[in-house]
Amino acid sequence: MVELTIDGKTVEVEEGTTVFQAAKSLGIKIPHLCYHKHLLPTGACRLCLVEVEGARSLVASCACPVSPGIKVMTNTDRVINARKMVIDLLLSDHPQDCLICEKNGDCKLQNYAYQLGVRSTSFKGERHVYPIDSSNPFIERDYNKCILCGRCVATCATIQRNNVVDFAGRGFETRIATYFDRPMQESNCVFCGQCVGVCPVGALTEKEAKFKGRSWEFSKVTTTCPYCGTGCRFDLNVKDNRIIKVTPSWDAPANQGRLCVKGKFGLDFVNREDRLKTPLVRRNGELQKAGWNEALDLVAKKLSGIKEKHGPDSIGGLCSAKCTNEDNYIFQKFMRAAVGTNNVDHCARLCHASTVAGLATAFGSGAMTNSIDEIAGADCILVTGSNTTENHPVIALKIKEAVNCGAKLLLFDPRSIELADWAHLHLRQRPGTDVAWLNGLMNVIIAEDLHDKDFIRERCENFEAMAETVAKYTPEYVESITGIPADKLREAARIYATAKAASIIYSMGITQHSHGTDNVLCCANLAMLTGNVGKPYSGVNPLRGQNNVQGACDMGGLPNVYPGYQKVADEAVRAKFEKAWGVKLPANPGLTLTEMINAAGDGRLKALYIMGENPMLADPDINHVKEALQSLDFLVCQDIFLTETAALANVVLPAISFAEKDGTFTNTERRVQMVRKAIPPVGESREDWQIITEVSKRMGYKMVFRVPDEMPVRSAVKTAKGYRMAYRIPDLIMAEIAKLTPSYGGISHSRLEKEGGLPWPCPNPTHPGTPYLHGDKFTRGLGLFSAIEFKEPAELPDEEYPYTLTTGRMLYHFHTGSMSRRSKGLDEIVPEGYVEINPADAADLSIEDDQFVKVSSRRGQIDVKAKVTDIPPQGVVFMPFHFAEAAANVLTNPVLDPVAKIPELKVCAVRIEK
Amino acid sequence: MEREKTDKLQAVIDKYKGVKGALIPVLQEVQDLFNYLPDEALRAVGKGLKVPLSRIYGVVTFYTQFHLVPQGKNSIHVCTGTACHVKGAKKMLERIESLLGIKDGDTTEDFKFTLKSVRCVGTCFLAPVMMINEDYFGELTEKKTEEAIKQYN
Repeated sequence: MVELTIDGKTVEVEEGTTVFQAAKSLGIKIPHLCYHKHLLPTGACRLCLVEVEGARSLVASCACPVSPGIKVMTNTDRVINARKMVIDLLLSDHPQDCLICEKNGDCKLQNYAYQLGVRSTSFKGERHVYPIDSSNPFIERDYNKCILCGRCVATCATIQRNNVVDFAGRGFETRIATYFDRPMQESNCVFCGQCVGVCPVGALTEKEAKFKGRSWEFSKVTTTCPYCGTGCRFDLNVKDNRIIKVTPSWDAPANQGRLCVKGKFGLDFVNREDRLKTPLVRRNGELQKAGWNEALDLVAKKLSGIKEKHGPDSIGGLCSAKCTNEDNYIFQKFMRAAVGTNNVDHCARLCHASTVAGLATAFGSGAMTNSIDEIAGADCILVTGSNTTENHPVIALKIKEAVNCGAKLLLFDPRSIELADWAHLHLRQRPGTDVAWLNGLMNVIIAEDLHDKDFIRERCENFEAMAETVAKYTPEYVESITGIPADKLREAARIYATAKAASIIYSMGITQHSHGTDNVLCCANLAMLTGNVGKPYSGVNPLRGQNNVQGACDMGGLPNVYPGYQKVADEAVRAKFEKAWGVKLPANPGLTLTEMINAAGDGRLKALYIMGENPMLADPDINHVKEALQSLDFLVCQDIFLTETAALANVVLPAISFAEKDGTFTNTERRVQMVRKAIPPVGESREDWQIITEVSKRMGYKMVFRVPDEMPVRSAVKTAKGYRMAYRIPDLIMAEIAKLTPSYGGISHSRLEKEGGLPWPCPNPTHPGTPYLHGDKFTRGLGLFSAIEFKEPAELPDEEYPYTLTTGRMLYHFHTGSMSRRSKGLDEIVPEGYVEINPADAADLSIEDDQFVKVSSRRGQIDVKAKVTDIPPQGVVFMPFHFAEAAANVLTNPVLDPVAKIPELKVCAVRIEK
Repeated sequence: MEREKTDKLQAVIDKYKGVKGALIPVLQEVQDLFNYLPDEALRAVGKGLKVPLSRIYGVVTFYTQFHLVPQGKNSIHVCTGTACHVKGAKKMLERIESLLGIKDGDTTEDFKFTLKSVRCVGTCFLAPVMMINEDYFGELTEKKTEEAIKQYN
């Protein structure tokens, strides 16, 4: 510790602390322009100058570490004059158009000019006249206002690691520039907007927010992003019930202020004109506006009628990975208690059902073993089947941070994705051969005696069977299956096995196969074999796709489990829920999503209630899905837009978006975080849980929410008789969840608001949450090795369909595009779908870039633009599935993994014609 | 880009791969090769040395020795530093401008000459002075200037 004096006050701080930070700890605010707590100090702006007794000149406090006994003065005349001079000089080349500047009221330069009393500049001379660049849809760049603090440069270089801009020119001509001063959209910019977030002046602003309000007019609501599973927190800036812009929430646990283009600029779908505003009922074949009572009565009457005539199992329900935990809890409670069936599932079936099944088998818990933050601390990261940069951009930053600190990145991916530039080894397996190379890695590790024998003996079981199976997967044999060179596989195995902390990160490239569960079990095998699980930084980390897909699973939005993965088939568990919900519950596990679609097709399922899901784009073999949905007697869709699926419904119920609701999302690292209401409901739309409880009541099952004794009062409402305690219903729903779900036992809204997010398991109100799982023992007791043999994908390329199609997502769009394609900027950047084709294949087929091609499989055909690129290897083509007019899932194969019932979305055979 | 030059470019990059602080020497050699720094060459340098393009652009625009547009075969640097200024550098510059029919900073249409005024070239005792490529021409008069340029025509 170091002791020093600042403005006469003595303070003791840790060695290495800067004078700036020491002053801050005393509550002394030092003006600064270039310093930002998330960036390394550069001492560039000279505004944070302080006087140190005995020092020759003034010192930049942000870049000056403390020394013992120094006497610092932050407020002397000398210091004030120096600061005034800095502001004076900056104003000499700064347009003082505060009257119409977006940054007015939130501008550091303006604030300091005010505080120091600098009215205008005392210098006369040349001023810059730069053209304003508003050529991209997101960021307006007005470098006339730039003060060259370098925050944007440092952010792009050290946080986003894209280096889009840097200082160019010199002297008076110094400016912030992209390569060749080109517009940002021609650079490698990914429009994360973090440069806008750190800009202290009005040089970088949100284009769409222009002239729509200034800082003091906004109410800021901190909430959680509705796009991917990272769980980024941000501040919605709201004026007149509209989201004007999104600003960073710097202390957010999952993202520390970082965002991607979708979270920063893609939320304008909330205020879109085509939001559903009233219920719709199909009359004479057409969806027409209806009142809430009519619609709810109709839904209840129809469902009750079908239940009576065909039994409760003729009804199915899809809950939603987009809705809150509270909504999903109520939905599955409704299906189980009111309808009386376990036919409840959601799109997790299509993304990580094999993770839930596989990791539950191996470890006892089907979720990320570690927190997102821990990724940065791993020494080796094996990424496979995850295009992290595009699909979980903020998590990719953690991977890059780790690589920057010396970690080795092993990338197993057929495509040459962006992470390949960061990888120590990029090994390109033939699609669908993951079991082979994973077994190959284990073969090498065992053959070279690199496995962790203590861990295997003390913590695991069934090692011998696994070892026997992998014995034949020599690197040479694996090369013959996967195409990965044997020596490279050996090298990868050694790196993984000898790392102090190795983490496996995977996503749908592993799970969406007819042998997806096998793939997951192999990942678990590999981690256990080397003792890389149950400790910080190392583990098995499936990145979940949707904002609340983890939560929807946790809440029992699955046909075989109640909330907290408590099995419906377990009598004691069922008795607990029967007692809590006051009704007899069905004992047999229900149908999965993919099975429900088939059951609808063959007439076993009569009615389907879909909340916030769009199977008409998300599911494989869309033509079949459409036929199935059309053959239902009754289809109810509850959504914020008239999606491709809702367009087929008998009744459409308008729900509210994330920006209008209170509740929680659980992100991919199991962290439960608050979602907070920022604007009132659009039109007559209602909360999802509320709609369902209304239907439930009309079907004869009334849901009552009790206030637990220990629950703190949220607010007091003034009534004629005095004050009445008020509770929000979602708070009460969470209380019920906590009571029935051991892993959520200690979670409450009041705690989340006070403490930020809590990663489950969090069994009691004083438990701090669990960043990494399986510490002392696995959830299931001993970790279970599985002996897995390699199986080929169900459909391989042949003469008729010679190419392998693999599908996925891309940065600028999300899932079925119902949100992202309604965002003006996102749609402007990527307005249409495409199929990536290797240049060699394109030459064979005489296909040129941007040319329309026909892509067909045994299930259907679509027309789509070709993108000729060396990202996919020869023989493999790639399509994102976001685009209804070129829907990749018309082509995909609905064959299922026998355990998890996840379809093989990652491999099918296609033909390509001009 | 011609094949021969592409190969040479790759050789330059390969020579400096993994060497710390190699960017400036690489840029100098690449400029010797092309006589300026073409976009494609800079991209190859960025990829080869793992240096971001924005940083390369920053370096290239910081130093006056680097050029982003094709330069004349011969470069004329007219010193306009203090000593030369006093001794009539401006007049010399104007003379060359009218002689070549171009303005300061431009290149002649036949790409024979690029004209640039620079600050001190460090030979004030020769003022007014200009450099053509690596050669110094001092104590210039209009006549001397014309003759010097003719040698390179």
